[in-house]
Amino acid sequence: MLTLDKVLYRQGEFSLSADFSVAPGARVAILGPSGAGKSTLLDLIAGFVVPDQGRILWQGDDLTRVAPGDRPLSLLFQDNNLFPHLTVARNVGLGLRPDLRLSADQKQAVQAALARVGLSGMGNRKPSALSGGQRSRVALARVLLRARPLMLLDEPFAALGPALKAEMLALVRELADETGASVLMVSHDPADARALAGDTILVANGVASPPRETGALFADPPAALRSYLG
Amino acid sequence: MARRAQPISAGVWVGVAAAALILMLTLGTLGAVFTRAGTLSTLGPADWAAIRFTLLQATLSAALSVALAIPVARALARRQFVGRGLLITLLGAPFILPVIVAILGLLAVFGRRGLLNIALSWAGIEPVSIYGLQGVLLAHVFFNLPLATRLILQGWLSIPSERFRLAASLGFRAADINRALELPMLRRVLPGAFVVIFVICMTSFAVALTLGGGPRSTTVELAIYQAFRFDFNLGHAALLSVIQFGLSALAAVLAAWIAVPAFGDAGLDRPLLRWDARRLRLRLLDGAWIVAVALFLLLPLAMVVGQGALALFSLPEAVFWAAGRSVLTAIGSALLMLALAFPLAYAATRAGRGFEVIGTLSIAASPLVIGTGLFILLRPVTNPVALALPVTALVNAVMSLPFAMRALVPALREVEATYGQLADSLALHGMARLRLLLLPRMRRPIGFAAGLAAALSMGDLGVIALFADPARATLPLQLYRLMGSYRLDQAAGAALLLLGLSLALFWLFDRGGRVNADA
Repeated sequence: MLTLDKVLYRQGEFSLSADFSVAPGARVAILGPSGAGKSTLLDLIAGFVVPDQGRILWQGDDLTRVAPGDRPLSLLFQDNNLFPHLTVARNVGLGLRPDLRLSADQKQAVQAALARVGLSGMGNRKPSALSGGQRSRVALARVLLRARPLMLLDEPFAALGPALKAEMLALVRELADETGASVLMVSHDPADARALAGDTILVANGVASPPRETGALFADPPAALRSYLG
Repeated sequence: MARRAQPISAGVWVGVAAAALILMLTLGTLGAVFTRAGTLSTLGPADWAAIRFTLLQATLSAALSVALAIPVARALARRQFVGRGLLITLLGAPFILPVIVAILGLLAVFGRRGLLNIALSWAGIEPVSIYGLQGVLLAHVFFNLPLATRLILQGWLSIPSERFRLAASLGFRAADINRALELPMLRRVLPGAFVVIFVICMTSFAVALTLGGGPRSTTVELAIYQAFRFDFNLGHAALLSVIQFGLSALAAVLAAWIAVPAFGDAGLDRPLLRWDARRLRLRLLDGAWIVAVALFLLLPLAMVVGQGALALFSLPEAVFWAAGRSVLTAIGSALLMLALAFPLAYAATRAGRGFEVIGTLSIAASPLVIGTGLFILLRPVTNPVALALPVTALVNAVMSLPFAMRALVPALREVEATYGQLADSLALHGMARLRLLLLPRMRRPIGFAAGLAAALSMGDLGVIALFADPARATLPLQLYRLMGSYRLDQAAGAALLLLGLSLALFWLFDRGGRVNADA
């Protein structure tokens, strides 16, 4: 279980507070107006920013001062998820060993992960030789291989068309089911929250509200969500 | 980004070590010099004359370069012609051109038996001398007119093209545009360009060594060299070094006070569309300036190539040995520069801009002062002359740091901004981050900076002149000796060899950073 224990983050005029838990295996969308702090919430959990007050806990262990790479999570950014100078296989292999000194077994695991996301035989290509959807699949193959219990996604498929985006969200759900990971996904699109079919955290007015079941939340939206949905 | 969760990494500590070494070389050597220096009361009239001449020539050189660069930059800004891009590229070339080669070329055109004096004698006019103040100014303008032109051209091209369209729609004449658009821009750009060139001319030893000299045109650096080499008066050399440092510090303060422009070359290939400048008189004027500057820059180099090509195959063996030593020193200098610049740039992005400032400190430092200090420091321990080449490599590495930092720091910031979070999230730290992220993504600026350092070191005639004996001469020093003994054919051959090697080293490093580099 991921717990944000009375977390408060301030920078100048901006502030964000969060105090809630996310159950194991949950699928949580993070919705809210732009500038409200959706990405900051993700950065706090990922460890790119440090809260001014409060703690971030995983299974009771304090993560607040742990470096991003040592936290039990995998990240998918909006773009720049791949290093353009490394081949697809090496980009995926980074998920196993950051220094890329892979054993034969690990190399096989890389190929298996690529096969799982439908990219068999593309390991030797550079990212520039792939389509946008294929690049997202490479990043997902690395997430699969890292097998961390938390998946954080920061509007990861915003650059893809609607059909491709739906396909990727489905793949995310499948991979999360296979690894048992919890998913937290930032989006500005309520349709993404519905597609993820889980809970939603609303970030507005400096507060990240505890997750609520998405269907119930949309059926009876609080004022902040009503004004966001318009 | 506010605060990071990561502790200070080992890379930053390497940066601290590099910064300490640079401070030791720039300030520590000064300390060594200071302990050897006599009191200020021993400054003779010759020393005061050297101080006056140093300031005079730097001021005049900067003023002349900037004044001449204005019409050239204006012509380049508003004219489109075949070879415009090539000429602008050529304006960047003096940067990696060995000073001694350019001086040989200038002698071939403006020297006692040069083209100019041949023409004058046909016309029955007394020959002019290239030595003394006018020679120093000529060489400084040769090197800095291109730099000034590029800086001012940047200013011209920074004026939004909409303003020129607006001016055209209002029926502005050239004079109106000048008053409304160009003069405000020049007021902004010129002080910075002047100061950069002033600083460069304060520490251009090789020009003073070859074209200056004598009681009336000796710079402080040249006086250091003479006290050191000819009078063996280490105390006096030390005193002059302290003075030179004071002058350099003055120049550095001046440069920090006046915003010095960046040496970029973004978008210089884009001429302005100018409706006001279509009149024939202005077209002829611009054409004349462009032809004049192209001739001024190309003719000396063409003379070196022409005279040198014949002598290239009859060079004495010593020249080739010197060339070999120079190439090794230059490569060593480039690698040393990277070993210093990369940790410094890393520390600058992680632990504050102070490291960037330290990396650019040497822009005002005098290699002669550093050399004198190193000599004083090394002498109790070992024979400094035996270390002439390593010392040359190290000092040149430090001298090329400011330019390397300008290339590396923005590139490193860019890589960290784009891929830093991804790398952090994958726990890509330490050597793995260096090997898998930073080095591959920064090949271009690394190659460029290394090429620059190698070329600067290849053509250096500064510290080596202090330290070297004939057995350890570099190619520029060998060339200087050939000139001194009036073997001008062989000198031209050696100059061509030096020119070719400098350009080749720059090209190889720069090219090495570009091949197979992924966008």
